[in-house]
Amino acid sequence: MIPEFGHFALILALCLALILATVPAWGAWRGNSVAMSLAPSLAVGILVFVGISFGCLAAAFLQDDFSVQLVASHSNTLLPPIYKFSAVWGNHEGSLVLWALILAFWTAAVALFSSQLPLLVLSRVLSVMGAISVGFLSFSLITSNPFARLLPGAPADGADLNPLLQDPGLIIHPPLLYMGYVGFSVAFAFAIAALLGGRLDASWARWSRPWTNTAWAFLTLGIMLGSWWAYYELGWGGWWFWDPVENASFMPWLAGTALVHSLAATEKRGLFKSWTVLLAIFAFSLSLLGTFLVRSGVLTSVHAFAVDPERGMFILVFLALVVGGSLTLYALRAPAVSSRVSFAWVSRESLLLCNNVVFLVAALTVLFGTMFPLIVDALGMGKVSVGPPYFNAVFVPLMALLVPVMGLGPVSRWKRDSLSRWRGELIIPTVVAVLCGITLPALHAPYNIWVALAVLLSSWLVLGLVKDFWERLRSASTTAGGLRRLTPGYCGMVIAHLGFAACVIGIVATSQYSVEHDLKMDPGDTREMAGYNFRFIEVAEVSGPNFVAQEARFEVTEDGVPVASMNPQKRRYLASGSVMTEAAIDAGLFRDLYVAMGEPVGDNGAWAMRLHYKPMVRWMWLGAILMAIGAFTAAADKRYRRQRKALPTADEAVLHGA
Amino acid sequence: MAPRIKLFLPLFLFALLAIVLFRGLFLDPSEMPSALIDRPLPAFTLPELGGAQQLSRDDVTGQVALLNVWATWCVSCRVEHPYLQQLADAGIPIYGLNYKDNDSAAQGWLDELGNPYRLVIADRDGTLGLDLGVYGAPETYLLDANGVVRYRHVGVVNEDVWQTILEPLYLQLNQGQVAP
Repeated sequence: MIPEFGHFALILALCLALILATVPAWGAWRGNSVAMSLAPSLAVGILVFVGISFGCLAAAFLQDDFSVQLVASHSNTLLPPIYKFSAVWGNHEGSLVLWALILAFWTAAVALFSSQLPLLVLSRVLSVMGAISVGFLSFSLITSNPFARLLPGAPADGADLNPLLQDPGLIIHPPLLYMGYVGFSVAFAFAIAALLGGRLDASWARWSRPWTNTAWAFLTLGIMLGSWWAYYELGWGGWWFWDPVENASFMPWLAGTALVHSLAATEKRGLFKSWTVLLAIFAFSLSLLGTFLVRSGVLTSVHAFAVDPERGMFILVFLALVVGGSLTLYALRAPAVSSRVSFAWVSRESLLLCNNVVFLVAALTVLFGTMFPLIVDALGMGKVSVGPPYFNAVFVPLMALLVPVMGLGPVSRWKRDSLSRWRGELIIPTVVAVLCGITLPALHAPYNIWVALAVLLSSWLVLGLVKDFWERLRSASTTAGGLRRLTPGYCGMVIAHLGFAACVIGIVATSQYSVEHDLKMDPGDTREMAGYNFRFIEVAEVSGPNFVAQEARFEVTEDGVPVASMNPQKRRYLASGSVMTEAAIDAGLFRDLYVAMGEPVGDNGAWAMRLHYKPMVRWMWLGAILMAIGAFTAAADKRYRRQRKALPTADEAVLHGA
Repeated sequence: MAPRIKLFLPLFLFALLAIVLFRGLFLDPSEMPSALIDRPLPAFTLPELGGAQQLSRDDVTGQVALLNVWATWCVSCRVEHPYLQQLADAGIPIYGLNYKDNDSAAQGWLDELGNPYRLVIADRDGTLGLDLGVYGAPETYLLDANGVVRYRHVGVVNEDVWQTILEPLYLQLNQGQVAP
């Protein structure tokens, strides 16, 4: 019975979403405040019913109800309970329910935490989000019902979850990623509401900033976890493959980064209004496009879900309605005249504009690279592929362009600044950065010019931040007073930019300094790599809850001092028979050691082994975590939660008059 | 009214993208273009990896053989490599097409992992890959003794693929060559 309850709850949620998409929007149009005030309760109602539905699906998985087709094909009695739970979103149907749940969660959050918003704006925003809910809930119910039964003839046991997905990282990676993807729907809904209301002003930007920052932080964490998972689970030590599905999550991140910065200019200075609206539409559209690419089967990828043209068609039509509709609205309603606010070329505004251009160009090049095989194929010109060489060739110079601008950003002033002031501010950071760039890479022989460049750029960025931070403290009478005057928004920016610097250093150092050996090793062999001695002791048989494995035992020493014992595994999963490599990793702040098992060689117990030495690879993920912390900090700024403004907006005045 | 028109630009670009996506729904990305099957391997003149000589079509034809497209940037190639080595050890002739790669990296890979290839063509700019219609590495083409492409496999060649698809064809082509 439980699955039927879940199905019914999903249908009820769709009904509520239909009401939310129409009635408050009608109310906003006709000035009917009763219709508008329905919106928050409807939003909470959708969350309740999608929540019930998700709970029922999770219960079916946890109880091994193999009469439900989804459970039969993605779970197994031997699966540990935590993976039975995460198996709910380890497949197309279930992940759609998760998507709908997270969308309902964001919608309800906007409804509950927006007491300062005028009702008119709130009802429009919630209606837009309700319309998106209608799309996803009907997609789930019409083309991919997660509760479909296998009756009669339910199997005694299930087919098991893909072993690649049986991993702690994968329990939280999809929910975090969806929190980010779907979170951009809030900024999107605010943008659409602003276009509908015809009022694009600073208040619109102020309302959407905390939501956008939060969504961006979740997306950053989600992408970071995905990269980390690929690193330790796929068994070849890579951390980014420019795979279409990775790109699908990276494109909204790039557009979202541009949006976060452009919103700052719009809020503080009333600039780039229509540009910011367009970025909000882009960020969410790219999230939807990612969904389409993953679920329609138009591109091959290790991540792609099962191919189904019907689903592809549904989501393409949905994409066309949402993106086409919002871009049409944009074309008709966005202010066509440039804003009267002016700024000099040497100012923080132009630096933010640089940021926007770089990130948008980056997003478009990734989009182009991802779509290129499809475009060529669709034109009937054959099949081509765009490999990592393309992406690296365009991406590295773009980021190298970005960092100098980033270093200037925090010290620069709004509206009008002067080159001579910049020179005065930055002469010391520049000299120190150049010194760092020249000296620090010398710690690691051989001297590497790319690492030197990365260190130079990152230290320029960090020193600019430090200098600005120090100036702010110094200008206050006491240090404590100065610290108190720093807003969370400013602290968040500093943390996020420091994270970016760490990320740049991590990526460049690990790409340039990594050492990798594929070797044939007999038990008892010792190999030296990057100053570490890897001794291969033996291979033993071990067994886990749902797999058996051959486990290699390694002792690693440095100058005779034991560093780590490492036990990589080659697992065979019992239900599906698939074989998986489980790498052993000894993690450290300055280097990772990584051992993965290849194939047995000959009959004497020799194995092909892959040994990696990866310096500073952690910096990349720590940097991403810092960026997320920074964005959360900025989103927590109290000024976003200030009570309703004293002056009613024009819309409100009309409403109260009516 | 001119400023308003440029605001339609994003919509216009999206419409183009939507058309491509729509077309994409009816294409199977892993399906191979039928045009190449039973057609001769395109002619080429490309350098040999790690050697001074220029290779041409005649260097890789003359017997039934596999032509494997690989690159050091391709992670799946790494997975495939040990099995290719096994096939090579079993006496199957395999030629390599090093696709859009860096010569020294490719040479380093072969030194490190072993070289299952009789010869490796260095296709630095992907010109032969383009003629072949390479979708992505790894790909493996089965050539008959006359240098005609008889089969194309997209993705990793493993035991399963070899035993169920390639080996029967390979044996059949070899017998066909003996019979007349």
